Amino acid sequence: MHWEAYVGPLAQGAWVTIQLTVYSTILGGIMSFASGIGKLSPNWFIKSLSVIYIEVFRGTSLLVQLFWLYFALPIAGDLIGIDLRLPPVVAGVLALGLNIGAYGAEVVRGAIQAVSRNQYEAARALNFTPRQALWRVALPQAIPEMMPSFCNLAVQNLKDTALASLISLSDLAFKAEQLRNYYQNSETIYTIILFMYFGMALVLTAIMRTLEHSVSRWRRARR
Amino acid sequence: MLFGYSWDTSHGEWAFALSILPMLLRGLVVTIEASIVGFFVAMVIGLALAALKGARSRIVAWPAAFVTEFIRDTPLLVQLFFLYYVLPDYGIILPAFLTGALALGIQYSAYTSEVYRAGIEAVEPGQHEAAKALDITPRRTFTHIVLPQAVPRVIPALGNYLVSIMKDVPVLSVVTVLEMLNVAKIIGDQTFDYLVPLSMVGALYLILTLVASAIVRIVDVSLPKRGLSLR
Repeated sequence: MHWEAYVGPLAQGAWVTIQLTVYSTILGGIMSFASGIGKLSPNWFIKSLSVIYIEVFRGTSLLVQLFWLYFALPIAGDLIGIDLRLPPVVAGVLALGLNIGAYGAEVVRGAIQAVSRNQYEAARALNFTPRQALWRVALPQAIPEMMPSFCNLAVQNLKDTALASLISLSDLAFKAEQLRNYYQNSETIYTIILFMYFGMALVLTAIMRTLEHSVSRWRRARR
Repeated sequence: MLFGYSWDTSHGEWAFALSILPMLLRGLVVTIEASIVGFFVAMVIGLALAALKGARSRIVAWPAAFVTEFIRDTPLLVQLFFLYYVLPDYGIILPAFLTGALALGIQYSAYTSEVYRAGIEAVEPGQHEAAKALDITPRRTFTHIVLPQAVPRVIPALGNYLVSIMKDVPVLSVVTVLEMLNVAKIIGDQTFDYLVPLSMVGALYLILTLVASAIVRIVDVSLPKRGLSLR
């Protein structure tokens, strides 16, 4: 056993995985709201843009998107004369964030549509503008409904970061592969890695639960 | 050269695209095969997990719940590497395709087990009470009353996971399975043109998932909502 030799690389890998997860989850959150609300927009241009984004990213595989951004985008950039070579980190965060954002968009859309019609009518009767009705009436009620699905998506995203190792990002899965090549001790290494991902997922779930608790504070305050 | 087809790089992008289409379609067939095998594994293991989790004894139910949670919270890629490198140490040597399909099946069994559980629990308690009042044995209640009502609820949800499995098949490329993405990657590595093959894979994936989702929806609509006779 080479415990001391494992700890360093695994900690480095875990740190990369955590950073990837955080950045791409934030990007995913922004994309979820932008395109989820966009899909409900009365403006046909915004609406079709959101629908195309959601369908393309939900309809294709994450790994295809990741490879496309990393290997194909630079060539597409060449054709139009722009340098679109992305560093692996940027390609990884973009692919992960855009992918999870498309799934999140459907959650946002569903939750906003689930807000009772009466709420919109009341907002209208009180002379709220559509923007105010969305931000001050619909979203505060919809966001707590989204949280359980967002929690699942965040864990999904954490798991998906492992795919970034395939575009040479040195995350946890990548370090595991390196250690395995070096020590030829697959069982131990992969068992450790599986438990590390499991631990990170538990922590992430706890964080998302705390967030859920805080966005639904107003409900308890009212009762 | 791949699968006996050769690519045409000298007559422009469209000729190139056309020349690699047969290779990508060969990859597509492997993608569909892996999805279907993985899906069946997921259905079987998921059923076992659901049955164990539903057990009265906590010594059985609790570990099953832990295993489900563990499978669900760890990446498919790492599970796949685990199976691919560790199974041979125990003398289980499977072809890469089967190892991949097994990994897909194990990953998704965590999800399908929840689908079964939710489907069975969604059957109204009144149905159990009525069966009890009519003196039907618990076993007969399960097979003739609960299952026929649970199956129509379970099938569409399982179908959605089949579509998800299709989108996870490219992960199998890391253990040398020649599915669609791997074929495109090899073409790209050899011709230095990744744009055309990878974009084609994206387009083919869109078609594949649209068709698969449409089939799932048709099955969903055509299922009798009040219950399915299993005879």
